[in-house]
Amino acid sequence: MIDGIAIYVLWLREMKRFLRAKSRIVGTLTLPLLFLAFLGFGFNNMAIPGMQKNVNYITFLVPGIIGMSMLFTSMFAGISVLWDREFGFLKEIMVAPVSRISIVLGRIAGGTTTATIQGILILLISLIIGFKIPGVMSFLLSVVFMVLISATFIGLGFIFASNMKDTQGFSMIINFVMFPLFFLSGALFPLQNLPLWIRYISYLDPLTYGVDGLRGILVGVSSFPIILDFVILAGSSLVMVLLGAYSFEKSDVV
Amino acid sequence: MFTIKVENLTKEFNGVRAVNSISFNVNDVELFGILGPNGAGKTTTINMLTTLLKPTSGYVEVAGYDISNNKDEVRRHIGVVFQEPSLDINLTGKENLEFHAMMYKMDKDEREKRIKEVLELVELTEKADVIVENYSGGMKRRLELARGFIHKPKVLFLDEPTLGLDTQTRRHIWDYIKKLNREGNVTIILTTHYMDEADYLCDRVAIIDNGKIVAMDTSDKLKDVLGGDIVSLEIKNDIDSLMNHLKDLKWIESMKKHNNNLNLTMERGEKRIPELVSIAQRIGVDIDSVNLHKPSLEDVFLYFTGKTIREQDGNQRERNREIMRRRVKK
Repeated sequence: MIDGIAIYVLWLREMKRFLRAKSRIVGTLTLPLLFLAFLGFGFNNMAIPGMQKNVNYITFLVPGIIGMSMLFTSMFAGISVLWDREFGFLKEIMVAPVSRISIVLGRIAGGTTTATIQGILILLISLIIGFKIPGVMSFLLSVVFMVLISATFIGLGFIFASNMKDTQGFSMIINFVMFPLFFLSGALFPLQNLPLWIRYISYLDPLTYGVDGLRGILVGVSSFPIILDFVILAGSSLVMVLLGAYSFEKSDVV
Repeated sequence: MFTIKVENLTKEFNGVRAVNSISFNVNDVELFGILGPNGAGKTTTINMLTTLLKPTSGYVEVAGYDISNNKDEVRRHIGVVFQEPSLDINLTGKENLEFHAMMYKMDKDEREKRIKEVLELVELTEKADVIVENYSGGMKRRLELARGFIHKPKVLFLDEPTLGLDTQTRRHIWDYIKKLNREGNVTIILTTHYMDEADYLCDRVAIIDNGKIVAMDTSDKLKDVLGGDIVSLEIKNDIDSLMNHLKDLKWIESMKKHNNNLNLTMERGEKRIPELVSIAQRIGVDIDSVNLHKPSLEDVFLYFTGKTIREQDGNQRERNREIMRRRVKK
């Protein structure tokens, strides 16, 4: 049922495409880095209610921007199935003697790898502007969180892609799904300042736990215990991947 | 033993029958053509035979496996070249082939050997490491042919293999298809709406119209049905009275009216033209032009459906446009 070779081949394809599209890498890194630079330096010396006194804003922001980058690249990776359908390549995959679940897992493996590489790049670049990683263990743990965030949102991307006929609804998803998920996650500011009802909604956003976990690991401040972040995020990634695979299985190829 | 068995295959979309209870068998290493206008149900049929679309009803066996219960085995034994391009344009030609070969579980040595072989077959060896985005339409098509054939399928499906290509490139693709069929010992099913393509390539042709097979045989035998030559008279006035006068003549095998044309079939048409003209003159019917030709599949199509394939295409285009207009209005 689960076909290791097929997963590897699909992963390999993503890697080749990723490494070849240098401009794409630069492009996807630009927005997070602009956010980091302008928001970070702009708000750095302001007093932001709800933030610990010993943490400056740039340090607070770095995990949030990594989370944002993971959200966007992962959702795009999931939705990119639509482009494969548009360019016909999906049919080539679908007539191959390979189970549907392996196809989904192959894409998730590929998307997770590329998104995580980008997350790590942002983390490394932030070292230049003064961010400090506590140690090797925290670095590795943050990579685990990145993988889980990525899997969650690739799964979500799959759910959307499977239920869309073409790429026309894409900007709707950016505006009505991705940006709300981003703003609700507490990536830019502490959630404590938000009205209570919005805070409750933000608890439904998996990215909230992703950003909180990353912040706990890399900065040492978090709203929830890191282990709770981990459990919720692991759960959400499992559920999203399964739902994504299920929707993909049900969707029409032609 | 048939390589493909199709029995009463039907596909409905929202109550509309795109494919209406068709049946046919394809022999081993046969080059079988499905000829029909756009919208006749050709691609729908191919999509069902290649396991991408679930039939509404009917039974299909491909390479000995039931397409409903044994999808994986069917997929293992078929190669498909789809109507729309299906290459990853961000990869090189060779990478596209490697991807395919690995998906079909070929080991490294065999993979490399086969990739080399098929690249030579379609004469793309020199372009193997070029990114597909930079290929011409004909090169892409050739690469897809090579890819569909790389894992040595028993059956190769080609859906409109030369659609959108220029005449010269089409000729080339035809030669590759013939070569694949002969040298590669592979059964090929191709769909087309080009008469000359079906005529030139296919051992047997099934003519499909509105989801039904209206005739099926070798292209020669299909033409024989019409009996001899076709004399086509263009007449502005009163076709019917001329038809009345001609209907008792024994040497006219069949007679069909189509717009301003009266199409007659007969043996040795060139000898009969003067007689036809004089009959028309006698009863006062003006003949604008006369055309004599050996029957083509175009005539066969006209004979069985009452329409030319181009008219059908036109209707389809009009219908598509109508659908687009409605969509925009919404």
